[in-house]
Amino acid sequence: MNDTRTLLADTCARLFTDQVTPALIESAEKGAWPAALWQMLEENGLTLPQIPESRGGAGGAWGDAQVVLAACGRFAVPLPVAETMIGAWLLSESGLDVPLGPLTVAPVRPADRLSLTRAGAGWVLDGVAGRVPWGAAAGHVVVAADSDDGPMIGLVARGSAKCEPDVNLALEPRDTLGWSGAPVVTAALVGAGLPTDALRSAGALARSAQMAGGLEFLLSQSVKYVTERVQFGRPLASFQVIQHQLALLAGHTAAAGMAAQRAFAAMDEGDAGFEIACAKIRTGEASGLGAGIAHQCHGAIGFTYEHSLHFVTRRLWSWRAEFGAEVYWAALLGREVAARGADALWPYLTSR
Amino acid sequence: MATFNFQLGKLPPEAQKVRAEIRDFLARTLGGTSATKRALSWGGFDRDFSRRLGEAGFIGMTWPKKYGGHERSALERYVVLEETLAAGAPTSAHWVADRQSGPLLLRFGTEEQRQRFLPRITKGELAFAIGMSEPDSGSDLASIRTRAERVEGGYRVNGTKIWTSNAHISDYAIALFRTKVVPDKKHEGLSQFLVDLKSEGIGIRPIIDLAGGHDFNEVHFQNAFVPDDMLVGKDGDGWKQVTTELAFERSGPERYLSSIRLIIELIREVGAEPGERAAVVIGRLTAHMATLRQMSLSVAGMLQAGQNPNLEAAVVKDVGTSFEQEIPEVVHALLGVEPRLGSGSQFERVFGYLVEHAPSFSLRGGTREVLRGIIARGLGLR
Ligand SMILES: Cc1cc2nc3c(=O)[nH]c(=O)nc-3n(C[C@H](O)[C@H](O)[C@H](O)COP(=O)(O)OP(=O)(O)OC[C@H]3O[C@@H](n4cnc5c(N)ncnc54)[C@H](O)[C@@H]3O)c2cc1C
Repeated sequence: MNDTRTLLADTCARLFTDQVTPALIESAEKGAWPAALWQMLEENGLTLPQIPESRGGAGGAWGDAQVVLAACGRFAVPLPVAETMIGAWLLSESGLDVPLGPLTVAPVRPADRLSLTRAGAGWVLDGVAGRVPWGAAAGHVVVAADSDDGPMIGLVARGSAKCEPDVNLALEPRDTLGWSGAPVVTAALVGAGLPTDALRSAGALARSAQMAGGLEFLLSQSVKYVTERVQFGRPLASFQVIQHQLALLAGHTAAAGMAAQRAFAAMDEGDAGFEIACAKIRTGEASGLGAGIAHQCHGAIGFTYEHSLHFVTRRLWSWRAEFGAEVYWAALLGREVAARGADALWPYLTSR
Repeated sequence: MATFNFQLGKLPPEAQKVRAEIRDFLARTLGGTSATKRALSWGGFDRDFSRRLGEAGFIGMTWPKKYGGHERSALERYVVLEETLAAGAPTSAHWVADRQSGPLLLRFGTEEQRQRFLPRITKGELAFAIGMSEPDSGSDLASIRTRAERVEGGYRVNGTKIWTSNAHISDYAIALFRTKVVPDKKHEGLSQFLVDLKSEGIGIRPIIDLAGGHDFNEVHFQNAFVPDDMLVGKDGDGWKQVTTELAFERSGPERYLSSIRLIIELIREVGAEPGERAAVVIGRLTAHMATLRQMSLSVAGMLQAGQNPNLEAAVVKDVGTSFEQEIPEVVHALLGVEPRLGSGSQFERVFGYLVEHAPSFSLRGGTREVLRGIIARGLGLR
């Protein structure tokens, strides 16, 4: 990591250690919006790290976004930071201004479709999108929609949709939004530099960093716990089975971190389709295995609401299914690899 | 808690150039080699191939020119390793010498030993074996008992080494012997020696593996004489040296690429438009392999930077061997075909070879359990 990123990581760690307390996460789980925390994030330039300064961002790169998102995963920050970064990126790359405040994106599920139609000088939005993160709470929704002119990016304000609230396992809002002739704030054709599945792939990218961060938490928390907890007259850490379980968790954590790192670097290099698929597959798989090991090492205490382990494990179980689960990306990647042919596998891998 | 230091490694332009060169060399040299031959991975032993690889300048790449080396970077060498493995080249006649014995001599050997052995290794002329394990000392390597006793002009060796891969077709072994018995201090009094495998008093008995192959051996020492100038490093420093050597042994791409041939042949088998399940399997394996490659490359970058990535190398070996071991299982679950030996399609035979050899991947070079112990120590658990 370069110096600015180390600094950024330190800033996040300091801020989140102070602010993202169990009490704050619990109140967010009950539906409260942590407004003060959001404001602090915005003031510290943590919500738009990779967006150009000309559009209100911090002017950094995706590598900076990764640092922030990993910290959000590690601390279970109950805010749409990832969604804001992705939404702002879609807008900014399509030549649109980025509004202040929290954003979310739709559609998240591969099967959901939205459409934009001309209405007078502007556009109106139709369609239904399920499982939209913070769909009701975010100030604006950035949508990827079809139109007669081709794929577009649009911005609609909070309240423009009929909303059915719901949550994921971690009690993060995952709402169903339905638009019917809803007016949009701005809309433009998808920026020329964006891949066709920009929304989903950026979502997968962001989740991979969050999951890698969550795994780091599980590892450090588990190491700490087994070092302190005494059974049979000695710390759990001294039992070889426990050591081996944590070594395994360490391996998955390292692999997840590496896969995410590579994907963000590829994003900064300009073409990250392959690396994002790899990252979402690898971090998703590590998440399931890692959550299992962390809970096993914690015994019953980790299975209580009182203990904070579940703030991360419940997120990992949900996040790995969002923006395409492992199976979705693996099928996509597998078809591509097969189409290139057996002997192209290695040359292709090393060309990335 | 100590954290890992996996940073993205970027290959410099020189390394990309080397990739083109080695690919070209391999394409010319291996042309019509069958998939089943390529499946042997770094188990394939072919002195002629090693000599040609040496001639082309791909052995001892990072070593000083005065010893026949090429003073290239660790990353250029890394590219050669991964290309030879991916191509399924028969590398075993120079692999140990290039990876482990040569670097050991560079670090701890005498000037005379370096001049005598390194140039011939770089020419691909010398095959080395590793004489560490003994019948009663596997994971607990420091408990070895083979004695080397001081005599006029050298040492007199008695005892037995086991699992010595390629001892029967190699020229030398670097062997660990006990030169002094220090009660209750088993890590002390160990020393490493260069052993000429043709010397008198050395008996090599084949051990046939479960696949019917002959790779490893029992090596008996009966009053075998090893002259003074074949002691590597200092008498009694063997343990320190061996652990250094094991770091070389654990950090390379051979720890996740042993089964790559099966992935390649699986892709050929399911064709350009596979069904959903096959596509998912291939996509997943690709994602794992690409990630392991980045991890392994990261370790190579640390070696290049002069750091000591022992912990990271253990992580790569543990995650990597689990991956390469999983591949035949995944193929079985997907296709349910019978693994075959001498009959059946190329695919079935590649599959058969890997089913039978996969169990060894997490044994050789230190077992999974031993590696996890090292990682646990790195995590501060012991
Ligand atoms: C294909 C192959 C090639 C080899 N080539 C060479 C070679 O060229 N030269 C050479 O010197 N050796 C070689 N070896 C030997 C290899 O290094 C040993 O097999 C390995 O170190 C394990 O020793 P062992 O077989 O005696 O098993 P053991 O040490 O008896 O172990 C058996 C099982 O018990 C586990 N175990 C042992 N101790 C512990 C512990 N403290 N905690 C938890 N679990 C433990 C092990 O992990 C393993 O699962 C080779 C092995 C193979 C399979």
